[in-house]
Amino acid sequence: MGNWVVNEGLSILVILVWLGINIFLFVYYYIVYLDERFYYTRVLIGDALSWARAPAACLNFNCMLILLPVCRNLLSFLRGSCQCCSRNITRQLDRNITFHKLVAYMIAFHTAIHIIAHLFNFERFMDAQLEQNETIAYVLSQIGNGDNMLYLNPIRTNETNPTFVAFTTIAGLSGVASTLALILIITSSMEVIRRSYFEVFWFTHHLFVIFFIGLVIHGVGEIVRGQTASSVLTNKPSNCAAQYKDWGNVPDCPIPQFTGNPPMTWKWVIGPMVLYVFERLVRFWRSKQKVVITKVVTHPSKTLELQMKKKGFKMEVGQYVNLQCPSVSQLEWHPFTLTSAPEEDHFSVHIRIVGDWTQQLFEACGGEKKEFQEAWKLPKMAVDGPFGTASEDVFRYEVVMLVGAGIGVTPFASVLKSVWYRYFNNDTGLIPKKIYFYWLCRETNAFEWFADLLQSLETQMLERGNADFLSYRIYLTGWDEAQAAHFTVHHEEENDPITGLKQKTLYGRPNWENEFKTIAGNHPGARIGVFLCGPEVLAKSLSKQSINHSDADPRGVHFIFNKENF
Amino acid sequence: MGQIEWAMWANEQALATGLILLTGGIVGVAGQFKDWQFAAYGIAAGVFICLLEYPRGKRKNKGTSIERMGQRYLTICVKAFGPLTRNYFVRAGLHAVLSIPGGFMLPTVLGCVCVAIASLIYLLAAIRGEQWEPIMPQVESKQRPGESMKEPPSNPPPRLPAELRRKRQEDAAYVNPIPISVNSV
Repeated sequence: MGNWVVNEGLSILVILVWLGINIFLFVYYYIVYLDERFYYTRVLIGDALSWARAPAACLNFNCMLILLPVCRNLLSFLRGSCQCCSRNITRQLDRNITFHKLVAYMIAFHTAIHIIAHLFNFERFMDAQLEQNETIAYVLSQIGNGDNMLYLNPIRTNETNPTFVAFTTIAGLSGVASTLALILIITSSMEVIRRSYFEVFWFTHHLFVIFFIGLVIHGVGEIVRGQTASSVLTNKPSNCAAQYKDWGNVPDCPIPQFTGNPPMTWKWVIGPMVLYVFERLVRFWRSKQKVVITKVVTHPSKTLELQMKKKGFKMEVGQYVNLQCPSVSQLEWHPFTLTSAPEEDHFSVHIRIVGDWTQQLFEACGGEKKEFQEAWKLPKMAVDGPFGTASEDVFRYEVVMLVGAGIGVTPFASVLKSVWYRYFNNDTGLIPKKIYFYWLCRETNAFEWFADLLQSLETQMLERGNADFLSYRIYLTGWDEAQAAHFTVHHEEENDPITGLKQKTLYGRPNWENEFKTIAGNHPGARIGVFLCGPEVLAKSLSKQSINHSDADPRGVHFIFNKENF
Repeated sequence: MGQIEWAMWANEQALATGLILLTGGIVGVAGQFKDWQFAAYGIAAGVFICLLEYPRGKRKNKGTSIERMGQRYLTICVKAFGPLTRNYFVRAGLHAVLSIPGGFMLPTVLGCVCVAIASLIYLLAAIRGEQWEPIMPQVESKQRPGESMKEPPSNPPPRLPAELRRKRQEDAAYVNPIPISVNSV
């Protein structure tokens, strides 16, 4: 019993279309270079010509695509204007980073094929130039010795070697530069480096500028040569190839003339490059707007809360912003989920101290000091965003399941606060009728800053007599003997010993099978949104559960899984 | 950038380079290029670098070190060379030397430059005092009972208040002929 199509269908379709276009371009351009125009070129280098040009076409296509998923502001704009569109389409925009990575892998793959093919090309061109006997290869290589423009063999002398040629032609040099940039970008983007040493990843990634410059000038030398259209008419390869020794002496077969292909790549990538430049300008302009820190709160478990104000700042629930603190680092921007609700007069983020930047920010905001800080002593901040993520969709479902693991609870802090405000204001536009909230946490300290929020929600609902609106469970996934003893002794008390809430803390991991079954049973025929902010393992598990518990029948219950990621 | 362990990135770079050298070498040999001997060297050097760099070192600063799949056996081999593999100055020098023959032939020239870059990053790591520590499997420490459990308990266990402790009349399997009060033993 599963409806996999509901959850994954559109993404799979997008991937298939993209792969299809890649395959089409590869095969099409492979065949283009089998044409008569390139007959003599192929005499020198064989099939390696097609094997080099086909991935080149795919590279043009993929390099065009790679910049688009990282234009955050453009995507936010599309999301905003897509409010009327089906949820499915907007959900695809959430997977932008996944798509960016897929396209990057494809670029690496095609680069490899392209380079290997060109290694053969260079070697064979060199061999042709080194020919001593009067073979067709020798004759072809000698063409254009006097007048440099009509040559076929880009290696013009026999006193060189392929390595030297590679580093003295525009194509060779730009190719090597781009490839080096690509390799460095890829090695610094490995998961281990990205998750632990974000700065290395971020700064090295900017080598993409070199990559694109190299890409655009790569074809300027026009070293891919084929016969000119007029020359094919006068020296038809099918007739004249065999008579190569007599070219120019026989009226039927004049010496063939060759010209290079003009550079094409710029036509593919100019659009996205302009869009990306625009994107960076927008980010820069937004960051220059004045941001004021109104309150700094230090929470246990090394968490810092910053409350800020910025003129004209508008947010939706669960969005994130990029923060920069010039006094800590001029160049670094880091993403943080907003933990405040849109109804509040300020916006806030909760920052966990995990690396240099966060540590220095903590100190700059006076986190170490106990006494009151003057407002003017607080550092200036720059904010870019907010950018939309899946949580915006929370209010579009009648029933929602929110799952937050550890620090991943932050977007849901925003959601729950917003719910509280709307409840307080008797907002009739509040679509969700039932919220199931799961918070998975390893250590007890992390509860404290969130416990207040849950406590006020709890009281609020009790007063309204609608305690069923929000059903939440807190799971303590890592606990030891001492804690277990403590719980056993306090088992009978009314309030939970850890959180002080009426809802007891549960231990271990949730049994998702049961949870999904119960919820499906409670709400037959409903579309239930499942939102997760947490580790990949959990995402896989929940995704599977969502698919398994969704009805094949369109009128039955459907779980739609949405994942946050940073 | 105080907390970065450059060696982690150098390791990724070197591993990628090993593959690049290997590929370039295979192309050079299979295509029977001129100077194919350098390509054969590329294959050998590529394989060697891959084997050397495959086991990830343990991270000094942060908590968990992530192993690559199946790196346990290579870790033991690499560990066996002691200071030669532990010290990053040696590795930087080794990579610098390995890169030189790659520069003589086009298929391996990319590998040559990449190894040189990996060598530079390792040099940076070595200057900052990093070392390669093997990730060894954790020995499970036996569960020992706590100190206080050597003697039998001297206090009675915590009990609920008396009125809750008293059995309900309906639940009793039989009714006591003599009524029980709090102070009876």
